[in-house]
Amino acid sequence: MNRSRTWMRLIILGVIFVGISVALYNAFIKDTAAVQANELAPDFILKTLEDNQEFQLSKQAGKGIVLNFWGTWCAPCREEMPALEKMHQEFKDKGVEVIGVNIGESDVTVESFRDTYHISFPILMDRKREITQLYEIGPIPTTYFIDSDGVVKKIVIGGPMAEKTIKENITQILPQQ
Amino acid sequence: MNNVKCECGHANPVGTVLCEACGNPLLEEIKQGDSPLDMRYEGAARRSQTYNKSIIDKVWNFFSSVKIAVYMIVIVLVASIVGTIFPQEVYIPVPKPASIFYEETYGFIGKIYYLLGFHNLFSSWWYVLLLLMIGISLVVCSLDRMIPLYKALKKQKVKHSINFLTRQRLKAEVSVPAEWGSKLDQLQGFLKKRRYDVRREGDSLLAEKGRFSRWGPYINHIGLIIFLIGALMRLVPGYYLDQYVWVKDGETKKVPETPYYVKSEGFTIDFYEKEDLPEGAGLDNLQGVIKQYQTKAVLYENVNAGLPGSEPKLQEVARHDIIVNHPLKYNDLQLFQSGQRPKAIAALNMTLVNEKTGDKIGKFKIDLYNPQSEYKINDTTTIKMLEYYPDFEFTKDKKPTTKSPNPDNPAFVLNVISPQTPNGEKAWLFLGSYLPAPGTENIFGYEFSMPDLTNITGLMVRKDKSLPVIYFGCFISMLGLVMGFYWQHRRIWIQTERSLVYVAGHTNKNWFGLKNEVLDVFKKASIPVSLVEHGKDGKKVD
Repeated sequence: MNRSRTWMRLIILGVIFVGISVALYNAFIKDTAAVQANELAPDFILKTLEDNQEFQLSKQAGKGIVLNFWGTWCAPCREEMPALEKMHQEFKDKGVEVIGVNIGESDVTVESFRDTYHISFPILMDRKREITQLYEIGPIPTTYFIDSDGVVKKIVIGGPMAEKTIKENITQILPQQ
Repeated sequence: MNNVKCECGHANPVGTVLCEACGNPLLEEIKQGDSPLDMRYEGAARRSQTYNKSIIDKVWNFFSSVKIAVYMIVIVLVASIVGTIFPQEVYIPVPKPASIFYEETYGFIGKIYYLLGFHNLFSSWWYVLLLLMIGISLVVCSLDRMIPLYKALKKQKVKHSINFLTRQRLKAEVSVPAEWGSKLDQLQGFLKKRRYDVRREGDSLLAEKGRFSRWGPYINHIGLIIFLIGALMRLVPGYYLDQYVWVKDGETKKVPETPYYVKSEGFTIDFYEKEDLPEGAGLDNLQGVIKQYQTKAVLYENVNAGLPGSEPKLQEVARHDIIVNHPLKYNDLQLFQSGQRPKAIAALNMTLVNEKTGDKIGKFKIDLYNPQSEYKINDTTTIKMLEYYPDFEFTKDKKPTTKSPNPDNPAFVLNVISPQTPNGEKAWLFLGSYLPAPGTENIFGYEFSMPDLTNITGLMVRKDKSLPVIYFGCFISMLGLVMGFYWQHRRIWIQTERSLVYVAGHTNKNWFGLKNEVLDVFKKASIPVSLVEHGKDGKKVD
């Protein structure tokens, strides 16, 4: 009698506890972000601004990618452009490339911006904001440091990033020589 | 653990207040008193009160306390209120870390707010833990009370101890009337007419009705639990979607987080005509009263959704004229009419003129959403668009920039290349005005014609598979409330002991109704009876 009562209570309490814990974990604690560190970056395909070429993320294997989501209206994006460009110049021959993803702006706007800021890294035009939605971009700039296997190593939300920050994160995604 | 034996010989489990068999109080001091008995849970042993030995029992005990449940609910309520005083971390309006933002914006109070974890309240460990404990408490409290109550009511007997009968809140003692047997039959008949279930044992009877109303609170709890499950179902991917999409006339746009695209074949606003308004109601001068917003919408499915960003291949799946409260529905997806930006400028209709001669050289159209980089005016003249700022403003260091990607205040830098200006002539173009490069004698000017206007419709995108569950939970919960509120559990005991008839009544609410019922039944059987009623506090009611 005594035994079975204790077991009964233990089972009831246990079932409720586990059930509600799982529910609450899903609700509040679990990180449901679409893109997470140490996981594969979602693949996508976009056209570049310069020559309308198709860029597919999964075809960049072997290269480290700094994927920077930005728009010309965003002040911190503008501020970090020179640092990104500098890092692109420094690391493009070492196997890490900076790729900008412009969020839904027109060619003319982005072209004049590119020329003003002397950007030489490729700019992808996310005209329908599909990739912005796919990556669940909130505040911009948001930057993903993706290694040569396509795994996200670091996510930086907000900015502007200092040159030092970019460099430190790039060293994490440098391909093994 | 030993059972407790009652005078009547029945062995009761520990913690029983009133004997399961005869209803006599088991505690000596209650037995000796004369105040009305506490009939809560029929005096049955509440499980949590019965044993209190192992840790499991103590945990069970803790969660079965309504008092503790109320405290927990109050704490959660107060914490939730505090959590809305300042914005939560995810809603911080400026890109600053929370550790700096709160102190900088709200001062010392902000710092405390941050340190106590209120900036991230709804996912903080203690808040989630409290919710968890309330959930457990809800179930344990119900189980702990419902099971003993159910058992006690199920096995109740007709005959009780005199002490039980004389200590009910409604009672009477009558000396046995003449022809008592047939009178009792009559009473039984009258009670049955009043929809009582009557059980008879010799000269005693127990009449009972509305027992199901005692289950009301527990059914209400079950409803709440179903409701909670429904609310939690929204977190399962694919069960719930709450998004928004703005679509221009004629534009096809992706519906966020779905493989669908939506096209607006035209957004219209209808106004009430003068004839629609009642005459003489003083509404004659009313203008611009909106009758209806409508979007002619077409829904497409992208059959090429495999690789995000690749060229969509669209297939029409649904078509509907969306008006307020009449959404486009397709499977679980619903698109509601929700916002409007009528008559937004979509394109500028421009004419290039020679300012010196006034000659019109040619027309061109600038699409504000997708301007061309070059406009050919004639064989010898082209205009190059060098810069475009959809929402023009200056940065702090006086450089042109755009405030947003929306064409709310468009500005352009145009360069006219013509035989007269082989190297180009630059000018700024704003809405309705232009500004030639300073210090130059400009040749070209611009004339503005009526711009192309477009209507932009705002569609709310909804998907909610949890809704049927939530409605079901609400229904069950309401059912429980109605059961508990609108019916009463009434019992009437009539028991004959030698020369005396003991009458007693109990109900969980509406004592007045029960009293009238007893009086009426006895009156019909023409047995004079003087009922004594005690209040909850044990005092006599006149």
